[in-house]
Amino acid sequence: MSSFWSNWIIILTVGNILACIWLIWWTMRKRAGEAESGDVTGHTWDEDLQEYNNPLPRWWLWMFWITIIFAGGYLAYFPGLGLFQGAGHWSSTGQYESEMQTATEKYDPIFKKYAAIGIDDLASKSENEEALAMGKRMYLSYCSQCHGSTATGATGYPNLADNDWLWGGSPEKIKETILNGRRGVMIPHKGRVDEAQLAQLTDYVFSLSGREGIDAASAEAGKGQFLALGCVGCHGMDGKGNQALGAPNLTDNVWLYGGSAGVVQKTILEGRQGVMPAHQEFLGDDKSHLIAAYIYSLSN
Amino acid sequence: MTETTYNYKVVRQFAIMTVVWGIVGMLVGVIIAAQLAFPTLTEVLPEVLQPYLQYGRLRPLHTNAVIFAFGGSALFATSYYVVQRTCQTRLFASGLAGFTFWGWNLIIVLAAVSLPLGLTSGKEYAELEWPIDLMIAVVWVSYALVFFGTILKRKVKHIYVANWFFGAFILTVAVLHIVNSAAIPVISGPLVKSYSFYPGAIDAMVQWWYGHNAVGFFLTAGFLGIMYYFVPKQAGRPVFSYRLSVVHFWALVSTYMWAGPHHLHYTALPDWTQSVGMVFSLILLAPSWGGMINGIMTLSGAWHKLRTDPVLKFLIVSLSFYGMSTFEGPMMSIKTVNALSHYTDWTVGHVHSGALGWVAMVSIGALYGLIPKLFGREGMFSQALVELHFWIATIGVVLYIAAMWIAGVMQGLMWRAVNSDGTLTYSFIESVERTYPFYNVRLLGGVMFLFGMLLMAYNVWRTVSNAQPAQDVIPEAAH
Repeated sequence: MSSFWSNWIIILTVGNILACIWLIWWTMRKRAGEAESGDVTGHTWDEDLQEYNNPLPRWWLWMFWITIIFAGGYLAYFPGLGLFQGAGHWSSTGQYESEMQTATEKYDPIFKKYAAIGIDDLASKSENEEALAMGKRMYLSYCSQCHGSTATGATGYPNLADNDWLWGGSPEKIKETILNGRRGVMIPHKGRVDEAQLAQLTDYVFSLSGREGIDAASAEAGKGQFLALGCVGCHGMDGKGNQALGAPNLTDNVWLYGGSAGVVQKTILEGRQGVMPAHQEFLGDDKSHLIAAYIYSLSN
Repeated sequence: MTETTYNYKVVRQFAIMTVVWGIVGMLVGVIIAAQLAFPTLTEVLPEVLQPYLQYGRLRPLHTNAVIFAFGGSALFATSYYVVQRTCQTRLFASGLAGFTFWGWNLIIVLAAVSLPLGLTSGKEYAELEWPIDLMIAVVWVSYALVFFGTILKRKVKHIYVANWFFGAFILTVAVLHIVNSAAIPVISGPLVKSYSFYPGAIDAMVQWWYGHNAVGFFLTAGFLGIMYYFVPKQAGRPVFSYRLSVVHFWALVSTYMWAGPHHLHYTALPDWTQSVGMVFSLILLAPSWGGMINGIMTLSGAWHKLRTDPVLKFLIVSLSFYGMSTFEGPMMSIKTVNALSHYTDWTVGHVHSGALGWVAMVSIGALYGLIPKLFGREGMFSQALVELHFWIATIGVVLYIAAMWIAGVMQGLMWRAVNSDGTLTYSFIESVERTYPFYNVRLLGGVMFLFGMLLMAYNVWRTVSNAQPAQDVIPEAAH
């Protein structure tokens, strides 16, 4: 902010407060020729509308003065008048940083305590119950927005409680997912298949998880599409997926975006972009360790 | 229809539409309150209808309908009536006044169509897209011409206090609307999308400068104009204090302008802005209460009329709610209080103690006084129904705001509770679960208030049907 704008703000702010003070002083004064207290002013509107000239109620005036005095004190102590930082040198950034520092000093050792214990042990041994409870509470704060309060996921957000894993369900892999995040990409195939081929491909994909009522001939033809389009590159020859790439297993009847023919065809044509954000910088190792333990405990 | 009578036609039109839009706006409010209490409610509808009736689309429809359709119609009706009666002259440019009626109602209908379709600029209380914004500007400027034109040709030397407030409201809302709605339209495709003219934090500041002054000038100054005419009229007593009206008018209109940043405490807004917003919100307490004192004290010497006159009950209880919410507002603007109350249902309770308790009740009271006069009747068809309406509405408001206060404070306390390890004690969903009982009470309060409006509609219908429009002659002699 330039000093011009700073002065502009100061003049307007102080000016308005002074104007209020002047206004009170001016209306408190008794002026010559004015109606007495308790008398009407002498003007009449619409046949019978009149006004008394009663003085300002004293308690109300006191209230007015108190707020004005408070405003003066507040603007002297806190930043308010343009570039003037205030006598207290307070700033919201400063407050945030000092609160964060206090919290870090107070709480970090509590999390550090469990850093050396393996996720396996945290999840299974009863002496580590408190660690698991902490992991759950952090899960509810940081993860439940997408994966749900019961960790059963939502459309596009994996279920974390079903022991079906896109990127691997070992303690190390879960922690890696939390710390570094993931990007699951299904490439779009629009223009590479016609309608009939798409229907065949869908039938084949459904046949992999043993869906009832699939036309066997159509599914067989779809297998050709599965090979020709290069689906095997990520999902594998047997359609069981590839956790190194985050490619879903197509044989287990678990559907991240929905398993109806319409949704599967939309997935094939338009592709999908799944994003799990990285938490290394935000939560750090120790907290992610406990969250990983909680998630691991859900299916182990 | 000559210069010798007051123009009541446009007043009648707006007065009747106030009741109609009140019912529509409050019905949408009841629907979204029910959606919060029963989140799967919309799923009972055919799938094709569901997107248009989602909470996110109906909520702006509710706010726009109650503020601008119901509140706006009440302000148009009363200001057009009051300015003529207190200036002792017929409305300036009656044709233009008629245009403001049809224009305003067209805008309301367009809002009722475009908001459920999901067409929105995303600015709270200013959601309507730019073509409608342009129409609002045209209608509003016409309104200003009619109002100030009437003031200019007045036959009474002094301008009555109610007109100061109406005038401030009309002028300021024009400035607020035009500045905040400045946007860059998207030129390709159907011309119903735009992006705000202002970047980032500046946009947020402009939006809440608008938002808070919409409360200050539309919902406060305008309705104080109603109060300053109808309370002394109904009580048959002079206004308590002329000098109080002077000091509270000027202090109110000047300090309100600064208060917007209290909607953005602890955000990316610069610290100095937040401080200035907070101190002016506190200074605002006394000027706000000046209006309440002037209204309630006008009754001194006539308190007994409260026992028998339900119209006066509406007016005086509305002033009590006004005093309560204008005390609560400055308190909530204090940063440490705001840290607890912000983003909770406390804010919703605060808004409705103002919107239902003050704005709606003062409008209802004024209309019960006004409608018989416009249709040449002695009084409303049934005083007993007015009395019943009063009690149902009052109990409804109390249920509503008490439920939201408790829910809001509970939410604020739950969200900030931490364990000894610094983790949050409660998950967000737990605070939602605990809020359900209060959502049910709020729904009940809302249903009661809506039911009161239906009683009013019946009462108004019985009053005006077969009635002859009143043709009041303008008195010749100036007072």
